[in-house]
Amino acid sequence: MESFTPLTAALGGALIGLATAVLWLGNGRIAGISGIFGQLLPPAQTVVWRLVFLVALVVATFVAAGKLPAMREGGDVLAKLVDAPAGWGVPTPVWIAIAGLLTGIGTKVGNGCTSGHGVCGLARLSLRSLVAVLVFFGVAIVTVAVTGVV
Amino acid sequence: MMNALKLPYLATAALSGALFGFGLYVSQMVDPLKVLRFLDFGAIPVGGWDPSLAFVMGTALIVMFIAVRIGKGRGAPLFDTSFHEPEYDKIDRRLIGGAVLFGIGWGMAGICPGPAISLIAFVPDNLWIFLAAMFVGSLAGSVVIPSGHARRLADAQ
Repeated sequence: MESFTPLTAALGGALIGLATAVLWLGNGRIAGISGIFGQLLPPAQTVVWRLVFLVALVVATFVAAGKLPAMREGGDVLAKLVDAPAGWGVPTPVWIAIAGLLTGIGTKVGNGCTSGHGVCGLARLSLRSLVAVLVFFGVAIVTVAVTGVV
Repeated sequence: MMNALKLPYLATAALSGALFGFGLYVSQMVDPLKVLRFLDFGAIPVGGWDPSLAFVMGTALIVMFIAVRIGKGRGAPLFDTSFHEPEYDKIDRRLIGGAVLFGIGWGMAGICPGPAISLIAFVPDNLWIFLAAMFVGSLAGSVVIPSGHARRLADAQ
């Protein structure tokens, strides 16, 4: 339990909630990252605000890391992504590519991810989002158990 | 959409993105291992399970729930004529299938789309592979969805 960080988790969560609230009350848009990312492709008519949002997201993360280096737990954790689990015989870049591919297809076909369904959808009391959230959390938990990636 | 290129609209998008980035960093959800330590329910009986992600979701949900209530009262957002609420409300095979595929991907690497983008700030090894694959996957996914369906879903995203 030494890695449990309830205070910063709650504070960071409130900031994420505030981010989705600002976009909803300001522009009437759902801050679902998979949707904002996925619709950078044509024929999206509203590419500009999506780009602005994503650039601000990256810049803010960069600035936050500069101001609050102590929260960069472990330090090297953010220097590389997870390694493929030993014993599966899959090189790490291939493992990461498969994970990315599934994330892209899944969030497009299922129309949302942790932010779109998880935060915005649940807050709107969407049954569709509740089902999606239960399924992807459940499947992710099973996946971690099966792969032993942690 | 006439307001979509005006300054208040774009400033709102920038503010939202920035708050999102700060939130992901402060909560340490940019760290794939921290996410995986939440998903690792096998650690609950033996110790070492990290429930932080539930706290992140919890407070984010409370804040957004209040915002949705405020929005209902106001009737329209500040810089557009209406809320872009998803029209489509069917729980279908696409929703379930998509969530299953995403769940596998998320469990494999501990990276969902928000952190994937915010990690560009640190450029960890293999990140570009993940982002490129996610982009290709998103393209492939749009082939699965008929165009009329995609249009109805579009506002949801």
